Amino acid sequence: MTAPNARRPRQLRIEVLRHNPADAASVPRLQGYELTEAPGMTLFIALNEIRETQDPSLQFDFVCRAGICGSCGMLINGRPGLACRTLIQDMDPHIRLAPLPVFELIGDLSVDTGKWMRAVGERLEAWLHGAAGADVDRMEAPMDPDLADAIYELDRCIECGCCVAACGSAQMREDFVGAVGLNRIARFRLDPRDGRDDGDFYELIGDDQGVFGCMTLLGCQDVCPKDLPLQTQIAFLRRHMARRGFGGG
Amino acid sequence: MKILYTDVLVVGGGLAGLRMAIAARRRGHEAVILSLVPPKRSHSAAAQGGMQASLANVIQGQGDNEDVHFEDTVRGSDWGADQAVVRMFVHTAPKAVRELAAWGVPWSRVRRGDREVVINGERVTVTERDGAHGLVAQRQFGGTKKWRTCYVSDGTGHAMLYTVSDQAIAADIPVHERMEAIALIHDAGRCHGAVVRNLVTGELTAYVAKATAIATGGAGRLYRVTTNAVICEGMGQAIALDTGVAALGNMEAVQFHPTGIFPAGILVTEGCRGDGGLLLDGDGHRFMPDYEPEKRELASRDVVSRRMEQHIAAGRGAHSRFGEHLWLDITLLGRAHIEHNLREVQEICRNFLGIDPVREPIPVRPAQHYTMGGIRTDHTGECPTLKGLFAAGEVACWDMHGFNRLGGNSVAETVVAGMIVGEAIADFCDRTANDAVVSTGLARDFLGREQARLDDLLKGGGRENANTLKAAMQNVMTDKVGIFRHGEALAAAVEELQQLVERSRHLGVAYKAPGANPELVVAYRLQLMLRLALCTAAGALARTESRGAHYRDDYPRRDDGEWLKRTLARWPDPTAALPTLDYEALDIGAMELPPGWRGYGARDHMEHPAAEGRRARIEQVKRDLAGADRFAVQEALMPFRHLLPERYRGPNERLDEGTA
Ligand SMILES: Cc1cc2nc3c(=O)[nH]c(=O)nc-3n(C[C@H](O)[C@H](O)[C@H](O)COP(=O)(O)OP(=O)(O)OC[C@H]3O[C@@H](n4cnc5c(N)ncnc54)[C@H](O)[C@@H]3O)c2cc1C
Repeated sequence: MTAPNARRPRQLRIEVLRHNPADAASVPRLQGYELTEAPGMTLFIALNEIRETQDPSLQFDFVCRAGICGSCGMLINGRPGLACRTLIQDMDPHIRLAPLPVFELIGDLSVDTGKWMRAVGERLEAWLHGAAGADVDRMEAPMDPDLADAIYELDRCIECGCCVAACGSAQMREDFVGAVGLNRIARFRLDPRDGRDDGDFYELIGDDQGVFGCMTLLGCQDVCPKDLPLQTQIAFLRRHMARRGFGGG
Repeated sequence: MKILYTDVLVVGGGLAGLRMAIAARRRGHEAVILSLVPPKRSHSAAAQGGMQASLANVIQGQGDNEDVHFEDTVRGSDWGADQAVVRMFVHTAPKAVRELAAWGVPWSRVRRGDREVVINGERVTVTERDGAHGLVAQRQFGGTKKWRTCYVSDGTGHAMLYTVSDQAIAADIPVHERMEAIALIHDAGRCHGAVVRNLVTGELTAYVAKATAIATGGAGRLYRVTTNAVICEGMGQAIALDTGVAALGNMEAVQFHPTGIFPAGILVTEGCRGDGGLLLDGDGHRFMPDYEPEKRELASRDVVSRRMEQHIAAGRGAHSRFGEHLWLDITLLGRAHIEHNLREVQEICRNFLGIDPVREPIPVRPAQHYTMGGIRTDHTGECPTLKGLFAAGEVACWDMHGFNRLGGNSVAETVVAGMIVGEAIADFCDRTANDAVVSTGLARDFLGREQARLDDLLKGGGRENANTLKAAMQNVMTDKVGIFRHGEALAAAVEELQQLVERSRHLGVAYKAPGANPELVVAYRLQLMLRLALCTAAGALARTESRGAHYRDDYPRRDDGEWLKRTLARWPDPTAALPTLDYEALDIGAMELPPGWRGYGARDHMEHPAAEGRRARIEQVKRDLAGADRFAVQEALMPFRHLLPERYRGPNERLDEGTA
């Protein structure tokens, strides 16, 4: 089991980039909080302690606090990540937190990923097409077990927004659908139950807002908390879409 | 004053809420969903292990069908469930899996030929049939006779929630995110919608609807140690209770899951034990077979959790600086299996414990996990005392779980109830008599009442701190209304919770912003949560028996003579110190499976006087129908098909069973 660390507890200094857009008088500023480290402390525990004992106005989002729901994406020392599963024992005691860029700021560390994801989902029609009319009394259609696993592999995305926040293209053009959007297309493209073909997908992502907007900077894959093979998928899609664009099959 | 009108107001964007909204939308009704968070972040996403449905595709599931699933569920419930509802559920569950398969869920599939599995600590080879190749696979879960739990690796809830949420987007159903229902609008036994607070701006809006459907999930945060998300605070149950008219069923029935990681309480799935993982004590000894020779690690959750706590109390736990715990050992499953089928578990262990479960055992201890009780509904999902109010999913007491729900039956319930209750809501909205006729005066009254409550917290000058009181409530619940319960401790809990209610009338909020204000949110929710806590504690104190997850060490036996009944808690007088408790008897004469021994756990229950007669009657019916097929026998014992929406009445096809 984990050797509980025997050192004297460290003093932490957590600096948060604060701003409340709803308050006309608010200007973005860094605010520092001091607290004592506890064994097994994560950023989830630390931020809640700060809010309960020092500053009730501090805004942030947590839901599952187990690293599976994607609510708590933020910049942790400049790098996008999930705060709930960030163990402080592995870090320097001076920590800087800021909200994810690109997404609309709600306040402090809280951003509106939900609205952004729904908009991209609608634009990319990111749902299985041809789902209607299944006869639920009959046995399900078989699917190759490896294919099912491969689809799940891409289905593991939790829409936390880290890949978008780490993406050069997304910071330059706000209509870029990001690795999260392209990955969703790759997922449906792989799924034989989806009635669309490459022509249909080309309509959705065959431009600079889509697969040709990616500058291959690899930021997305580096920060993905689920280790999704985002660059491989984008490169693969790009090849197929380029072929499609040149009039190939 | 802002009022918004819709046909169907769905409160909650988890699996149950989304599925109800889709059903209503497909029948041509306008639906709006409210959610505290983006719907894909709902706690349904956390379900790792799987969804029960008797597909009988894998070889260890051969012979499974609705009848076996029915018996497992009723035994699991310790005879607390409504058996007709269990029948509706087990019949529809295979349809739900198949619908989801058609909608895009990447269910793990059967692979033909030999594979190695771990059963009871031994590696054995099983051979899957050619005909099953590519069909949806099942794994083993606790409390089941057959392998019945369909799964998507160990991200089942996530995959289901994304698929259903995507289909809701396809159906163009709006989700109003970061919007919280804080009260129901009702009048003369009819529900008309909800008062809703915008969590970003603080603005209140009245949502007026023909039908209001609550799907807000569980209430785990009444407890200090829980596997539930931080948003599982029981607000749906609480606002229903607050009407004074709707009743909450069996709030004392609270499930504790055996394997919360210690001390954080984050869940590792039952699939760990289903796939062959073992529970070990401080000496590395496998102790479950000593207590439960029949089902060992795979007895139902209430039984395993109690045995674990009993073993710790006997001084056999492992010690750490945080206290006592036990070990969950999955190292014997091997790296390949863990990295393929239990990857989320591995991630959780790495991120929160800094260990690799391929090489090391996982420190675990039972944690609050599931709220069996909830808004009492009839079999259509409607509240019998508040017309136009529906509930489904964990928030509801539909009542297919009774006093203990089986692993995998909960996500199954969300979609199955979503399908069934969704149709009932559409039927309700089809009837012109149910068109919304609400005076704006009524909406204004409710908005005014809620605004006054918030203003009082912000400006009333109260001095009590909400976080302090909340922690006190969670401690009382965990320490005194937990796995082992006792009359004295429960009485003390009721008393302490009442004091907290009194103190909560003098809450003050230091941070005064009317908009996004986390402190204000804690304060107004806490006032409602305390009442739920009291329903749980008072119900537990009154129930002088042990049944399923409700275990009284001063009344250790299940007492069917006295307690074969459902607790109904109401709070008609808002100034009252306690809820009123009534009881709804379960009718043995109508049961397909009369009360008996569960097949695991204690064998010493006290018989109901009518049980023997009902058993004899059932034997008689079976003799009379000798040679008839299982459907005819079932129909004669407890007809249920007429209770289902017509589109879900058909038989389920299986590899070994056509749909003749
Ligand atoms: C860690 C974990 C693992 C689990 N694993 C399994 C498993 O393997 N198999 C299984 O069968 N079950 C499992 N369960 C149980 C199962 O996941 C849940 O019971 C089920 O998903 C609940 O779904 P729901 O739709 O009822 O509610 P939820 O998914 O919790 O959704 C509730 C929704 O209501 C919204 N909401 C809440 N309050 C309000 C309000 N006041 N106003 C507006 N919106 C509101 C929330 O935003 C959310 O959208 C697990 C549970 C946990 C905690």
